[in-house]
Amino acid sequence: MTDLLPLIVAKYNYWLYVILMMIGLYAMIAKNNLIKKVVGMNIFQTAIILFYVSIGYKKDATIPIIQNAHGGHDAHAAVIHAIDYINPLPHVLMLTAIVVSVATFGVAMALAVRIYQRYQTLEEDELRMRLSE
Amino acid sequence: MKFLGVVIVCLTGGLLLYGTADFPDWGDPSSPASTHLSDYYIEKTIEDTQVPNIVTSVLADYRGFDTMFETAVIFTAGLACFLLLRDFRGKKERFYRHKPTGVILHIKDGKKTLAVGKEFEHMDKDWVPSDLIIKTVCRILIPFIQIYAMYVVAHGDFSPGGGFQGGVIFGSSLILLAISYDLKTLVKRIKEKVLGIFAALGVLIYVGIAAICMPMGGNFLDYSKLAPLVPGDPHHVRALGMLGVEIGVGFAVMAVMAIIYINIVSEGRHDEGL
Amino acid sequence: MYWPIDLIVLTFVILCAIAAISVKDLLGTAILFGAYSFMMCLLWAVMGAVDVAFTEASVGAGVSTVFFVAAIFRTSRRTKD
Repeated sequence: MTDLLPLIVAKYNYWLYVILMMIGLYAMIAKNNLIKKVVGMNIFQTAIILFYVSIGYKKDATIPIIQNAHGGHDAHAAVIHAIDYINPLPHVLMLTAIVVSVATFGVAMALAVRIYQRYQTLEEDELRMRLSE
Repeated sequence: MKFLGVVIVCLTGGLLLYGTADFPDWGDPSSPASTHLSDYYIEKTIEDTQVPNIVTSVLADYRGFDTMFETAVIFTAGLACFLLLRDFRGKKERFYRHKPTGVILHIKDGKKTLAVGKEFEHMDKDWVPSDLIIKTVCRILIPFIQIYAMYVVAHGDFSPGGGFQGGVIFGSSLILLAISYDLKTLVKRIKEKVLGIFAALGVLIYVGIAAICMPMGGNFLDYSKLAPLVPGDPHHVRALGMLGVEIGVGFAVMAVMAIIYINIVSEGRHDEGL
Repeated sequence: MYWPIDLIVLTFVILCAIAAISVKDLLGTAILFGAYSFMMCLLWAVMGAVDVAFTEASVGAGVSTVFFVAAIFRTSRRTKD
């Protein structure tokens, strides 16, 4: 039991991210309304982005913008240590992921409006009945 | 379906939780994600590109190919919304409201038009009195929001920001105009054709700047070969190439946000909205 | 970084996510979804990812909520589950 507490302190945030991902997955599978499914997809996407961004964090490091770089020519003289700055690579990849998620959300809302125009409902079981008629 | 959902979620969650036992500790500087390539990016970005914001320099210069296709994805989303929803048939019935008395005229046949005087105003099906406070405040705020958006695009090299964030802020200023006044005000001010041209122009600017590097003797997206074309210090040419590319992304994103909003809120007819 | 802030904001995020998919009124879902996006933005700002936080604040808590409300305006507002 004594080695459970350091394990929890080291890994608790990963467990919370997995719980958030599973909330999104449950909403995508089990909810009937189409818009709730899209909300679940978006929750899953942002939870994955949170997981990736948390990988890049380094203890006692600052944000990934080089300090004192505006001086012009004396900026070349200062030595930059990679251990002082947070890893910027996951941030770059996740910026593209956020852009793609908002584009998908816009198209999903347009599809929902179109389905409502044609079938007058957004519930999945009613849609199935009307499609099989 | 709910029981199946619970079973799948528990299985997947259990497998993922079992996999977290092997993860590196949080905040560890020697974790595998933080060692091999990101050290090169952090240490060499000032020397290669003169841009302090490491995220922007990696996004627009070292990994510019990904950002080009991200812009193409945004453009495709705007195109998809337009193709799904746009309805060119026009409304079949019209409503006019007499301003002094409040009497409403309802013309059912779409083909006949009525020449009305200045006391009648064209109204939407659900008429809401326009609020003077909201209109005045938004009219004052919108130019400042647009200046802030242009600041965010131009300062993406030195502070958090960049082309995408500035484009979204500019697009939301156009959406604010549509919400506080009327959708017809926005459509009359910035026509649909202009928005479409801006969206395509944004992608064209990005690909154009990347393609111009090839006749100058470099690879695709190699901004350092643009030095003869650009006035100024040859060390800064990569930062200037990045700025041009971010402006392209800003144009595309601004136009696509406005296109998606207008098409969703009016169901494609571009006549009345929120 | 300060671990109590991290834990409290993560708890809020999970509560907002559970509430957003359980509410029966779709306008409530839209507002809770905007609050969820904003809490995520706070979490990333605390972790030092300032560019990602800026993007999520402008996109998730701004434009995405507007698209959601516009889509609800043109479809129904109540849902059975």
